[in-house]
Amino acid sequence: MIRRVLIAAACLALISVPLWVGNSYYVNIASQILIYAVFALGLNVLVGYAGLVSLGHAGLFGVGCYAAAWLLAGGSGHLTAALVALLIILATSAVFAVLSLRTSGIGFVMITLALGQILWGLAYRWIGLTGGDNGINVPSRPAPFGLSLASAVPFYYFTLIVFVLAVASMAVFVASPFGASLKGTRDQPRRMTALGYNVWLIRFLAFLFSGFWSGVAGLLFCYFNEFVSPNVLALGSSAEVLLMVISGGSGTLLGPIAGAALVVIMKNVASAYIERWNFVLGAIFVAIVIFMPEGLVPGSIRLWRWLWTGARRVPVRGDAQ
Amino acid sequence: MSALVLKQLEKSFGGLRVTAALDLTVEEGERRLIIGPNGAGKTTLFNLITGELRPDAGAIALFGRDITRMPCRRRPHLGLARTYQIITLFPGETLLHNVTLSLLGLSALRWNPFRRLARQQALIARARAALGRVGLDGLAERPLAQTSYGERRRVEIAMALAQEPRLLLLDEPFAGLSIDERKEVHRLLLSIPRDVTVVMIEHDMDVALELAERITLMHFGEVIVEGTRGEVVAHPRTREIYLGG
Repeated sequence: MIRRVLIAAACLALISVPLWVGNSYYVNIASQILIYAVFALGLNVLVGYAGLVSLGHAGLFGVGCYAAAWLLAGGSGHLTAALVALLIILATSAVFAVLSLRTSGIGFVMITLALGQILWGLAYRWIGLTGGDNGINVPSRPAPFGLSLASAVPFYYFTLIVFVLAVASMAVFVASPFGASLKGTRDQPRRMTALGYNVWLIRFLAFLFSGFWSGVAGLLFCYFNEFVSPNVLALGSSAEVLLMVISGGSGTLLGPIAGAALVVIMKNVASAYIERWNFVLGAIFVAIVIFMPEGLVPGSIRLWRWLWTGARRVPVRGDAQ
Repeated sequence: MSALVLKQLEKSFGGLRVTAALDLTVEEGERRLIIGPNGAGKTTLFNLITGELRPDAGAIALFGRDITRMPCRRRPHLGLARTYQIITLFPGETLLHNVTLSLLGLSALRWNPFRRLARQQALIARARAALGRVGLDGLAERPLAQTSYGERRRVEIAMALAQEPRLLLLDEPFAGLSIDERKEVHRLLLSIPRDVTVVMIEHDMDVALELAERITLMHFGEVIVEGTRGEVVAHPRTREIYLGG
């Protein structure tokens, strides 16, 4: 019951964002939070549920961006561009998965890092295709069913729909038998093989799912900025989204969302007031690691339970003796 | 038909030969005990049978089917289950979830990303029944991390039995158990139906001899003595290598 009330309150709060944040600048920040939340949720499938830390996911995010931008700049329609971009994202994810799933642990981190850097190098140097440093301009935002997404509020609602779809798909995925299988491969891959599971194929399919949502976030980012440059594929982007997942709480549904909100707000809001906002963000990450190593969301729940049980303890006469 | 046939099985780790031209035949329904000093290659033998290690030479047949080159993950689907010497479970999950994962491993449902696992009543009922078989149905919802070592051993066995194996490999099922827990596991192993072939590695000869019909003594990856309980225990090489005195 409490859970349902909380979900309803969260939905209401998200729907009413444009009403209470005031101007379009803050509505755009809310859109960015949702876009990065989708990206972090995608990465969380690998980091949180498969135990595979990827440092190359900005590559998949960027591929979605570039594919759509290139097609739109070439005169394709929005639907065609989006569908082809999704296919390219899945194909790139499959290549990433085949190459990186040959190993796990630090080897997996290094291969994904290398693959991400290759894509960044291509975006930066293959000027004929990507425009190099100049990037690619997107002519316009889409207008699904005749509703223009050109202004901040309609675009926010469009992003919110995609975000809700992402969260719902993650919730279903995590609670499913396949989700349980994936978590089993994270905890005891050897045991899972001996129980009859194809660990490699489970991880491969999870990688595709993760890549798909990361790419969808990239697609949204492309429409949001109406411009794409090599920065979206840079190592810094991969590290940033990984920090969102870890700081919020990997292996949870709400953690990556909280992590995305924290980073985006610090980058866009706190930076207006604090010159050394990077320092503050770093200090926050350090504090999270020290006081809530499991992440912001699971750590807050732990703290809440501790306070709640502490508050409910009734002192008994003579306890002090 | 024999349940398990190993022919001239060989395995080396670099210059160390851990399985040397090993021949072994276990008949259907048999209770076979594998004994030998530490480093004899007993667990390596299990790893070769389950496919966790690839043999350098030789052949493995399971119920008449050659499985020498078959991937480890496919062998449970042919009726092969095992337990581990070092308990290998899912500590963050409940006992029920551990056994459910075992059942899910042989079910096509494991690929389904849309249905809720918690609503798979038939699967969960089977997992509860498997826990009931080892006397742990009362602790089904308890996280594994909050259970004793002996209870975890029983969960290992429950997971293996839940898969309804035709050949069950037990790697030191009594290791680290108290006297009472040993009695529990002993009773449990005696209750395994005869259509399940059991091969067991065990050092506790008192309990193991009661369960086994035939015994294989291994030393440096070779079969040294094989025969009935009486034959192996009375053999001078067994006394020399394993029993002492």
